[in-house]
Amino acid sequence: MQIYLPIAEVSVNAFLLLGLGGFVGILSGMFGVGGGFLMTPLLFFIGIPPAVAVATEANQIVASSFSGVLAHLRRKSVDLKMGCVLLVGGLVGAGLGVLLFNYLKSLGQVDLLVRLCYVVFLGVVGALMFVESLNAIRRSKRPATGPVRRTRDRGWVSKLPFKTRFRVSGLYISVIPPIMVGLVVGVLAAIMGVGGGFIMVPAMIYLLGMPTKVVVGTSLFQIIFVTAFTTLLHATTNFTVDVVLAVLLLVGGVIGAQIGTQIGARMKAEQLRILLAGMVLLVCGKLALDLLIQPAELYSIAAPGGH
Amino acid sequence: MRRLLLALLFLIVSPLSAEETIVADLSQRRVAITTDFNGSEILIFGAVKRLAPLTSLEPLDVIITVSGPPSPVTVRRKDKIAIIWANRDEVEIDSAPSFYAILSSGPIEDILSETEDLRHKITKEKMIRSVDAGGVADAAAFTDALIRIQQQKGAFYADEDAVSFDEQTLFRTTVDLPANLTEGDYRTQIFLVRDGAVVSKFETDIAVQKVGLERFLYNLAYNQPLIYGLMSLAIAIIAGWLASALFSAFRRT
Repeated sequence: MQIYLPIAEVSVNAFLLLGLGGFVGILSGMFGVGGGFLMTPLLFFIGIPPAVAVATEANQIVASSFSGVLAHLRRKSVDLKMGCVLLVGGLVGAGLGVLLFNYLKSLGQVDLLVRLCYVVFLGVVGALMFVESLNAIRRSKRPATGPVRRTRDRGWVSKLPFKTRFRVSGLYISVIPPIMVGLVVGVLAAIMGVGGGFIMVPAMIYLLGMPTKVVVGTSLFQIIFVTAFTTLLHATTNFTVDVVLAVLLLVGGVIGAQIGTQIGARMKAEQLRILLAGMVLLVCGKLALDLLIQPAELYSIAAPGGH
Repeated sequence: MRRLLLALLFLIVSPLSAEETIVADLSQRRVAITTDFNGSEILIFGAVKRLAPLTSLEPLDVIITVSGPPSPVTVRRKDKIAIIWANRDEVEIDSAPSFYAILSSGPIEDILSETEDLRHKITKEKMIRSVDAGGVADAAAFTDALIRIQQQKGAFYADEDAVSFDEQTLFRTTVDLPANLTEGDYRTQIFLVRDGAVVSKFETDIAVQKVGLERFLYNLAYNQPLIYGLMSLAIAIIAGWLASALFSAFRRT
C-alpha cells in the first residue's frame, strides 16, 4: 500500500515503513539506544530527503523511547535522579551543538564532518564495548577464578565535590561527571542528528560505573527530552518534520520497543553489550566503506543551500 | 500558363502550413494528491485542424512535452581528497524541471532540427537553462549527470513512439505522472513538426495539488510550525504510552 508523504513529497510503501519502525524499535528497547544512527541511513536509502529523514527520525525516537521508558519504569530500572542530572548537561550540550553545527555549515563540508564523526565514534565505542564484553564473557566461563569484581577505584573522579547518592544505580559519586557526560553527548547528538544513546550507554557503564540494567532505562529517559527538543527545533526552523512518516515509523517503533524490552530482560548483560557492539561496528564499517570506496554515482542533486 | 500554375500551387501550399492548427484536450486538467496517491495517467488527445485539404508534402509529426515546476538545483561531484571520497566541485543550475516527459511520433533527431529544438527548448538538454559553472571546467558533465540521475528515478523520460498519429490528423498519447509528484503547474506543450520545423504549437497546464489531509498538514507545517511540532510530539507521546499500556494489559491476561 503506497502512502504519499505530505512534507517529504514522496510516495512510499506503508508496510515497509511499519517494518523498518518495528525492527529499529526492537533494537531500541533491547539496548536503550534511540536507533537514530540506524534509521536515518535506512530512510536515506528508501528515498526520503535527508533533511526530512533527520527531523522526522527525532520525532519517532521520542515515541519509541517513551514506550521503552514506561516498560522500564514498571521494572524499576530507571534512575530518575541520574537521568535528570544527565539531562541538564544534555540540553546545554545540545544547544552548544546546534551553534557549532551552524558554524561548521557556514564553512561548508558539514556533511563530510557528520560522516567522519559517525565513523570515529561508532568505531571507537563499538570496538571498546566489543573487547570489554568478550573479556567479561570469558571471565564468566571460568568459574574457577571466582567472581571478579571490577575495581571501583576511579582516581580523580572520587575526589570531586558535590557528591550525591544515586540509590537506583547504587552509586555515591559527584554530580560533575554525569553532567559532563550529558554535555559531551548532547553536543555530539546535535551534530550527528541522533539521540546519542549509543554514546551515552557505554559512557554510563564505563565512565560512571552504572549497572547495565539501569543504564538502558535511564538512557531512554534522557533521550526523550533531547529528541523532543530537537524535533521542535527542526519543525520551527526547517519545516522538515513529516508527521505522516513519523506516525508510520512510530506505530512499528513503539510495538518493537515493547518486544525489545522483553528480549533484553531475558538476556545476560554481556550478551546484550556484545550484540550492541557488533551492530555499532557494522554500521561504522558500512559508513567507512562509503567514504573509502569510489561511489558508483559521483554526482548528487540537492536543492541549493542544503547540505 | 506554366507560371500561372506555379503561382496557383504556391498560393495553395504556402498558407497551408500556417493554416494547420492543433485542437487538443487532456483527460484531466487537475491532479489531486491524496494520501493514497500512487501516480496518475493522463490521456492527451487532439486533431490537426486544416482550412484546406492536405497536399502531400513532408509528413507531419507530433511532439508532446510535459514539464513539472522548475526550480534551481545544485549538482555536486565527489572527488578523492586524501583517502576519502567527498563532495568537491559543484555547479548551480538556474532552472531544471522536477519532472519532464517528452513523447513523440518519431525519433526526435529525425523529426526536429537543432535550431528549432534550441528555439522551443524541447529536448532535455535544451530544457535545462543557464548553468553557473563557477570555475568548473566541465560544466556539461554536471548537466548530463542531472539528466542521468533524474532518468534513473523516472522523473525524466522520453518515448519516441508514444504518440499515435492517424491520417496526419488525429493524435493521442498517455503520460504517466509518477507517485513522487511535487505540487505545481505541469506545463503541457504540443508541437506540430514538419520538415524539422515547428509549424504549430499548443499549450496548457495540468494543476497538481495536494488535497484533504495532505493539504491540511502541509499548510499547518509551514504556517503554524510550533503547533505542528507540538502536535507531532503529542502524537509520539500518546502512541508510546498506548503501546506500553496495551502490552502490559496483554501480559496481565
